[in-house]
Amino acid sequence: MNDGTTLPAAMAPDPDLLYSEDEDALRAAVRSLLAARSDPATVLAGLQSDVAYDTGLWHSLATEIGTAGLLVPEKLGGAGATAREAAVVLEEIGRAVAPVPYLTSAVLAVTALLGCEHDRADVAASLAALAEGRTVGVLAVPLPTAPGGLSGPASVRADAGGALTGRVTSVADAAAAELLLVPAQGPDGPALYAVDPSAGGVRTDTVTPLDLTRPLGHLTFDGAPGRLLATGDRAGATVDRALLTGAGLLASEQLGVAEWCLAETVRHTAERTQFGRPVGSFQALKHRMAALWLDVASARAAARNAADALATESPDAPVAVAVAQSYCAPVAVRVAEECVQLHGGIGMTWEHPAHLYLKRAKSDELALGSPGRHREALAGLVGIAAP
Amino acid sequence: MTDADDLRRRTAELLAAHPPAITGRLEFLRARFDAGLAWVHFPRGLGGLDAPRSLQAVVDAELEAAGAPGNDPGRIGIGLGMAAPTILRFGADEQKQRFLRPLWTGEEVWCQLFSEPGAGSDLAALATRAVREDGGEAGSGGDWIVDGQKVWTSSAHLARWAILIARTDPGVPKHRGISYFVCDMTDPGVEVRPLRQITGEAEFNEVFLTGVRIPDAHRLGAVGEGWKVAQTTLMNERVAIGGARMPREGGMIGVAAADWRARPELRTHDLHQRLLKLWVEAEVARLTGERLRQQMTKGQPGPEGSGMKLAFARLAQEISGWEVEFLAEDGLTYDDWTMRRPDGVDFTGREAGYRYLRAKGNSIEGGTSEVLLNIVAERVLGLPPEPRTDKDVAWKDLPR
Ligand SMILES: Cc1cc2nc3c(=O)[nH]c(=O)nc-3n(C[C@H](O)[C@H](O)[C@H](O)COP(=O)(O)OP(=O)(O)OC[C@H]3O[C@@H](n4cnc5c(N)ncnc54)[C@H](O)[C@@H]3O)c2cc1C
Repeated sequence: MNDGTTLPAAMAPDPDLLYSEDEDALRAAVRSLLAARSDPATVLAGLQSDVAYDTGLWHSLATEIGTAGLLVPEKLGGAGATAREAAVVLEEIGRAVAPVPYLTSAVLAVTALLGCEHDRADVAASLAALAEGRTVGVLAVPLPTAPGGLSGPASVRADAGGALTGRVTSVADAAAAELLLVPAQGPDGPALYAVDPSAGGVRTDTVTPLDLTRPLGHLTFDGAPGRLLATGDRAGATVDRALLTGAGLLASEQLGVAEWCLAETVRHTAERTQFGRPVGSFQALKHRMAALWLDVASARAAARNAADALATESPDAPVAVAVAQSYCAPVAVRVAEECVQLHGGIGMTWEHPAHLYLKRAKSDELALGSPGRHREALAGLVGIAAP
Repeated sequence: MTDADDLRRRTAELLAAHPPAITGRLEFLRARFDAGLAWVHFPRGLGGLDAPRSLQAVVDAELEAAGAPGNDPGRIGIGLGMAAPTILRFGADEQKQRFLRPLWTGEEVWCQLFSEPGAGSDLAALATRAVREDGGEAGSGGDWIVDGQKVWTSSAHLARWAILIARTDPGVPKHRGISYFVCDMTDPGVEVRPLRQITGEAEFNEVFLTGVRIPDAHRLGAVGEGWKVAQTTLMNERVAIGGARMPREGGMIGVAAADWRARPELRTHDLHQRLLKLWVEAEVARLTGERLRQQMTKGQPGPEGSGMKLAFARLAQEISGWEVEFLAEDGLTYDDWTMRRPDGVDFTGREAGYRYLRAKGNSIEGGTSEVLLNIVAERVLGLPPEPRTDKDVAWKDLPR
């Protein structure tokens, strides 16, 4: 602890890395809902059906517990909480690999709308609908898009009358969307449009995703009527802020995935007996699990730091998010892979939930910027320039 | 209630009464201790104010800005990081009064007489004996006479005092027959011989103890309870090595990043990728330590602290290895192989080759990484222990 050490002056901001009592209470509510309604057997069974997501579960989570509006100020119909609370919800969603459009609607779409002029009646109405969980909103970007990754010309064009034409691939929860927020190249440059997917001119082609708990779809716009939400720098900035927030909070989902995998692996190896003793007493396995514990403990610090930086609108948020994504994404994958391995044959079965976590972890690794993309961003942010 | 404002006010008072520009270093440090601003989470009267540990940063920042002298923690790390928390927890009042102030000001350097030739990772197997002089009953007040050999003792050549564990009862299983003492390093029975290290210098020593006399008043904790007392020392040691509070780019990664910025001609894509990865891991390790500190604003560190040392050791080794590689031709040279006895420990000091070699000790000192992984697996994750053959056997009957 080096008590009494004189500290250098140039400290990074002082984040609060713990959980508050309110956050613990929120976690308890979400966890008990998910334990009752989204246990692994239920999630597995749901994968067989054609439903885009678990609508009943979403209603309870979004509306009854009120998590959909955490990021929305109270005067706009939300709960007036911050990214710290939303991160706790995502940890629990990760732990349960719950098939709900929380990240897409309550984080990405909500943040994108918050950056528009919300004293406009139509914007305020959309926000309120999202905040109350009445509408599922989706930001129409390919799931792998990193913050800052939409700087090129958009793949969708809008004409002067607001009709949209073009295609966006691999959009998370596309089929669940009741409101699409579409970045497009408008007559005066970059713009953000709202589109009702049930109106004419929008086609959603679902694809078979690696991660069945987060459905993907390709969106095709063929003269679809769009309502202009923002233009120019403002449109770019609000989409970027949404992607930054999404990437930062995704780290908490990854933490939740990793936590479940480690806990299950410890539980299983402490019970499973071979050679006359629990396999978890073999040092070769203990050391691997101890190393995973350290990874998970570290991922928690990184994820909390990102959530806190977003919540406090710290100027350090881009660094905190890039660090959290570069770190937490591979940790979730590694713990999920070890979970399969240390379960032996049972870990390879469809029946055991380990594969749900592996698939979520692997697809989360690509989502909102791969670790390599985030490290590249960091190189610019902290002055470690490429050769 | 002591809050940040209160600490700022007290710090300002200290600076006004003892302006650093015209006050002697030791005089200032003593005054700082007496003002309760040495380690604010310590009790009043013992250098602290019973304040949350996290508020130390407030005091440190104010004092640094005012140009106040520091207590050179690199020189007195064992006293600060290990002896002090153990004395605070297990010491009698007179012991706390006697030892803590000169320990903190650096007037008295401490070392740690734990490891022995036959007892490293299996520290509880130690053979150094402590026998009551008159064979008297516990509590009769007779001195202890200590005989044995210790090894790898850092700073023994500088130390005034040592924390020492020794066997007081060979007839019970190894963990139960150990007692914990404060040993006077100026006793004529103490002989310190330097041990040269792979860096060329001798930071650690072997220490021979022959008829060393220790008054019973210098025992910490009850007779036979020394293992429990030592646990407090070891848990604190791991946090002291691995969990030091630092700014972003503090420690080894700061050195590597500075090299990268200063030497564009040496950059390659491969080294860039690896540096960024290490940078992220170092930043996350820093945050993990910060989170741990926020969790334990008061109490003692638990087994989770061992995780910090694991991460620290791996990173220090990887980053210093990266640095030697990055420096190319300069990485092939070494600053100085002269055998000397350094005045303290500095992991990031000197040049790249030294840093690389010194970092090798980080996964050995204070508990090897293998042993720390065992601790995390069993004490944090609750995994079943390996079968053991030595648990219920009296120490004297163990195979050696
Ligand atoms: C730079 C430095 C400074 C030091 N300073 C001090 C000091 O001031 N005071 C002091 O008392 N000591 C000090 N030490 C000693 C240090 O605590 C011991 O070296 C350490 O505990 C390991 O003991 P050992 O050297 O006997 O190795 P051993 O215990 O013999 O270990 C040999 C190898 O076996 C492995 N091993 C042992 N047991 C197990 C197990 N159960 N499972 C898996 N692997 C195992 C170890 O990890 C290691 O790789 C210092 C050491 C160094 C390197």
